[in-house]
Amino acid sequence: MLLTIRSLTKTFPSTRALDAVDFDLAAGEVHALLGENGAGKSTLIKCLTGAYERDEGVITLDGQTVSPRSTSEAQELGIGTVYQEVNLLPNLTVAQNLTFGNEPTRFGMVDRRAQRRMAEEMLEGYGLDIDVTRDLSAYSVAIRQIIAIARAVALSGKVLILDEPTASLDAREVQTLFDVVRGLRDRGLGIVFVSHFLDQVFDLTDRVTVLRNGRKVVTERTADLDRVRLIEHMLGRALEDEVVGHAKAHDAPATKPALLTFENFGRRGHIEPFDLTVGEGEVLGLAGLLGSGRTESAELMFGLAPAQSGTASDRNGPLDLSSPRSAIAAGFGFAPEERKEDGIVADLSVRENIVLALQARRGWARPIPRAEQLRLADEYIMKLDIRTSGPEKPIGNLSGGNQQKVVLARWLAMNPRFLILDEPTRGIDVGAHAEILRLIQQVTAQGMSILVISSELDELIAVADRVIVVRDRRHVAELTGAEITTETIVRAIAAPDRDQTEVPA
Amino acid sequence: MTALRRVTPQLLTLAALVALITVFFPDFLRIELVNGRLVGPVMDILKRGAPVGLLAVGMTLVIATRGIDLSVGTTMAITGAVAAWTITQGYGLAPALALALLAGVAAGLWNGMLVAVVGIQAIVATLILMTSGRGIAQLVTEGRILTFSHDGLAFFGSGALLAIPAPALLWLATAIGVALLMRRTALGMLTEAVGVNRAASALAGVNATVLLIAVYVASGLCAALAGIVATADIRGADANNAGLWLELDAILAVVIGGNSLLGGRFSIAASVLGALIIQTVDTGILLAGFPSEYNLVIKAGLVLIILVVQSPNLALHWYALRRAIRSRRETALASAKETG
Repeated sequence: MLLTIRSLTKTFPSTRALDAVDFDLAAGEVHALLGENGAGKSTLIKCLTGAYERDEGVITLDGQTVSPRSTSEAQELGIGTVYQEVNLLPNLTVAQNLTFGNEPTRFGMVDRRAQRRMAEEMLEGYGLDIDVTRDLSAYSVAIRQIIAIARAVALSGKVLILDEPTASLDAREVQTLFDVVRGLRDRGLGIVFVSHFLDQVFDLTDRVTVLRNGRKVVTERTADLDRVRLIEHMLGRALEDEVVGHAKAHDAPATKPALLTFENFGRRGHIEPFDLTVGEGEVLGLAGLLGSGRTESAELMFGLAPAQSGTASDRNGPLDLSSPRSAIAAGFGFAPEERKEDGIVADLSVRENIVLALQARRGWARPIPRAEQLRLADEYIMKLDIRTSGPEKPIGNLSGGNQQKVVLARWLAMNPRFLILDEPTRGIDVGAHAEILRLIQQVTAQGMSILVISSELDELIAVADRVIVVRDRRHVAELTGAEITTETIVRAIAAPDRDQTEVPA
Repeated sequence: MTALRRVTPQLLTLAALVALITVFFPDFLRIELVNGRLVGPVMDILKRGAPVGLLAVGMTLVIATRGIDLSVGTTMAITGAVAAWTITQGYGLAPALALALLAGVAAGLWNGMLVAVVGIQAIVATLILMTSGRGIAQLVTEGRILTFSHDGLAFFGSGALLAIPAPALLWLATAIGVALLMRRTALGMLTEAVGVNRAASALAGVNATVLLIAVYVASGLCAALAGIVATADIRGADANNAGLWLELDAILAVVIGGNSLLGGRFSIAASVLGALIIQTVDTGILLAGFPSEYNLVIKAGLVLIILVVQSPNLALHWYALRRAIRSRRETALASAKETG
């Protein structure tokens, strides 16, 4: 083995990011590292590249124990990394980028001719025909990606870590990149490939390791795996035990009167046009892997990224959903995934956070009377069991689950007819988790329609009347009634793409 | 009650300054009625402090949105020049005031668009007008000091109403008016929300773009009022020197007022007290009879002391220090007992 990791553990103040993880990388293999958000992929990589110091465990490279303390130390040991956002300097030339920190000098000055020669040598065998004296910014992301790989290989030369290298490439560029990676594998490098595009994993890699919640789930040869098993590993549900724990009776398929209709609703680079009908008092689930187009669908419906095609309408005709404000005017609400960045207003009090949307709708000239604000705050603090010392406490001082409840309260106070919840239970404790699910059932019983986006299939099965499955930025399946089981969802997510050659957005 | 607690540090600072100056200049607090108007060092501070006080009102709002407006000094020069030009062209007082205020609104719109729509960082966006705006003012005055003699306009600089200097009334009225507008409507909360987290506020339906433009327009309007006062005071428009560096005093006033440059919670009363503190330092140094070449150094020292004393960190350090001293004394006492 080129690289072995034994019982690697890394703990952060609030979570155990890696728990006794084992990982092997042979010379001449491409090894995929998979897992959902927060599974521990980036932590593992950062421990390898010296960005983090591990708490426990042993890393050996070529049989010798190593403990890189910085990226440059890792590079000297032979571990190079290329990130999704290429960290080269676009305003320098290709040659300067390739020889950065290692420039050939003559009489104390950079020898430009030698630098150019050196750069050209480094790029040999990558199938690139480019002028190394031009600025890096003159070239496409794919070429920059390959240049970054060439630099990493030249500097390190044993282990190459590719962290989401294909996220911003089109299909042809991906193939070019893969040819380069295969060439490097054949030269005997060990390559770690991180991606959430499963097609690419099957296309390129020899072995797969799946992480979940900081633990290693499995390491298998890619050829022995099928998509369904792989997704089960990632989402953590064995097909056998899915039958248990249905909180919702799925026997009555959607007979609810339609509230909203989306037709051919889409935006390039976000989500392919989709048709969707939302029933009154219905809970819609949106399932899919990370980056599949779940959040993008929600952003389109809420006007955050306005749709370029199609219409949204209710009984009275078409709706304007061109901005969050117009979506709110149409009776929509949206509790976003990134609670800290897009949800809470940290320095303001719980009370102000709750009344914010309501006040924005009323306009600045008609302030909600203080007494009314306090009544609202007290009402929702009680109703949702928000743990705070009082309504005037800054929301930033609350725990994650309570912050989420305040954001929910903000929207419930608006009494929207259609509420979108993006990962409403991410990063919150079990108790609050159950309460939020109960709340969803409560408000839909009163006629509100809800769209829940979640990575946790259990959660969707528990609350959803209907589940839309998203894959590769397309709505690919719609499951109702008894069809909503972990098995069917996983199968729909996993179904191989019929037209793989299509350009991923 | 909470509002009073918020401005307590500024009130204490001001009181301490007044006490200090009175030691050097015992007549500091004396106010007399001369020719139907109140005269004295305190009235002089209220009058001289008008430009920075006015600028600080607008600046507080801009800083609450996590921005900054470096162009207000220049806007003073432009609006002053516009007012003076209109008067010298013989259009009368009302058109002069209206055009000057309009120029302030235009400057604010320009800044606000650059920040809120184009997305340029506020410090860079307002730097554009700060550096180029004096050129505009010079074009208006045709490169000379544009003097006028019009008692109506001069009233805003040297007039008095109910025995109180007109500039003092103007800036007090502006501060109270804006503060009431902010707190009696929802504008204050919405401004703070946008300053703390623009993305989340926009998602909650707050019209963050319009609100951002509005605070820069408010700042431009305050600068226009300050420009009118400055021009009226000297009965002339000096494109090169009117409002020179006053944007920095205004920012300083907001900071002395305890408002965070990172946006969010703001207090106009505290900023206005900050402006008063700055003017009291300025006037106090002169009254105390220090040679004028010492002025800036003494001012710098006083401002440093004020900021350090008001720093919440200091309170924390002081608390830790006291605890450390106490525990050391206790251990010393204990060991003394043992050995004794």
